[in-house]
Amino acid sequence: MLSKRIIPCLDVDRGRVVKGVSFINLRDAGDPAAMASFYDREGADELVFLDITASAESRETMVDVVRKVSEKVFIPLTVGGGIRKVEHVRKMLEAGADKASLNTTAVQNPGVIKEAADFFGSQCIVVAIDAKRVEVGRVAPPSVPAGLALGEASRWEVFTHGGRTPTGIDAVKWAARSAELGAGELLVTSMDADGRKAGYDLELLRAISEQVSVPVIASGGAGTLEHLYEALVAGEADAVLAASIFHYGTFRIEQAKHYLAGRGIPVRQKAAA
Amino acid sequence: MAGLNIVIVDYQAGNLRSVQKALERSGAQAAITSDERVIKSADALVFPGQGACDSSMRHLREHDLVEPIKAFIRSGRPFFGVCLGLQLLLEGSDEGVEPGLGILKGRVRRLPDGLKIPHMGWNQVKLLKGHPVLEGVPDGSNFYFVHSYYADPDDRSVVAGVTDYGVEFCSVAAWENVIAVQFHPEKSGENGLKLYENFVRLVKSAPTQAAWR
Repeated sequence: MLSKRIIPCLDVDRGRVVKGVSFINLRDAGDPAAMASFYDREGADELVFLDITASAESRETMVDVVRKVSEKVFIPLTVGGGIRKVEHVRKMLEAGADKASLNTTAVQNPGVIKEAADFFGSQCIVVAIDAKRVEVGRVAPPSVPAGLALGEASRWEVFTHGGRTPTGIDAVKWAARSAELGAGELLVTSMDADGRKAGYDLELLRAISEQVSVPVIASGGAGTLEHLYEALVAGEADAVLAASIFHYGTFRIEQAKHYLAGRGIPVRQKAAA
Repeated sequence: MAGLNIVIVDYQAGNLRSVQKALERSGAQAAITSDERVIKSADALVFPGQGACDSSMRHLREHDLVEPIKAFIRSGRPFFGVCLGLQLLLEGSDEGVEPGLGILKGRVRRLPDGLKIPHMGWNQVKLLKGHPVLEGVPDGSNFYFVHSYYADPDDRSVVAGVTDYGVEFCSVAAWENVIAVQFHPEKSGENGLKLYENFVRLVKSAPTQAAWR
């Protein structure tokens, strides 16, 4: 049976992990390779590295980060932030990433999803969607294509540029379009839930999961192990991404897996000795 | 390891660096090549790959690699196929029209509808028979899969491991000097690295097929 995945997300700023684990005596908690090895040993199923600077210069640094991490860690690596074109995807894959995550660029130029998926295969292309509940009275600007624009029934809006820019695009419609264009996986972040530790936006996750046939990674809002369970069951997600609950040692990954397994969720656990 | 010549076949099908690094970690420097002379003189061949059968088979043909690979397998030297490197060993695929290498009778079929495709993530391998490359890998271990099609060999005696995803499919095939897996051992953490370690050890100690059984 296919296991549900637990994916720690590491934010990278100028080549250093920020908000890294502080509860374990790592010699250098800012070193991406050391952090990646740590989470691999902890039982992480995959790792996501996010370049929070997302500039041309930081992209070069990120390539280097990916290269170093992939020397040490033999689980799937996704890299996101500042990937603007197919050439950048190629660079990341060549450096050792398994998947590249597109966000702002995909919204601005959806053709890049198809181009990258045709070239490297859908399995390498993740579309990251930052979604926020639609504010009352909010109407899409006329420039948004009709098939994607917010309508009366729309409940979530896509934001780009690290959540700073509203787009007038309906998040559920955008998810479906991304998958059609060739995204092999969707990383769905609720901006409303993010950082609150009060649980994932389960309605958002379910709405998207029911629209697409590609795996959905839930992101934003994890505060307890129950939240992970809810995202996988009520949210129908295939994987859960979390940052602070693991970085700050609230829970260990094995603990999360043990909990989920106890509630009947298939997870990858270390083989009993 | 001086003198040990393990070669990774490059046919423009996915990232081969992680395979190379996994072999490196297992104590073997492996060359990545699409040069048929290098393939002919290899002690062992690793045949990884990701992507579509048709474009990969065309690429192998255009680079005159089909015969060298078949000849290599016939020679009895150790051969390790990964993902597409398992699928291409069969006669053909539902995914396209190009014939496969045809080393193994049978076809490559699409995973059944109703579940998410691609089959992406960690899933268990039920071992049906032992093999030196699988030594130390517990039955039911998790490996990382990414694929939409699966190998369906006619001769079920080659099936060394199976995995359930809507259908119970062959995730490990092994016979004579060949072992081929549907998952990505280079992305499967410790269990996956174990396969490369075993393979390297085997190539070092037993370079002919007789010792594989």
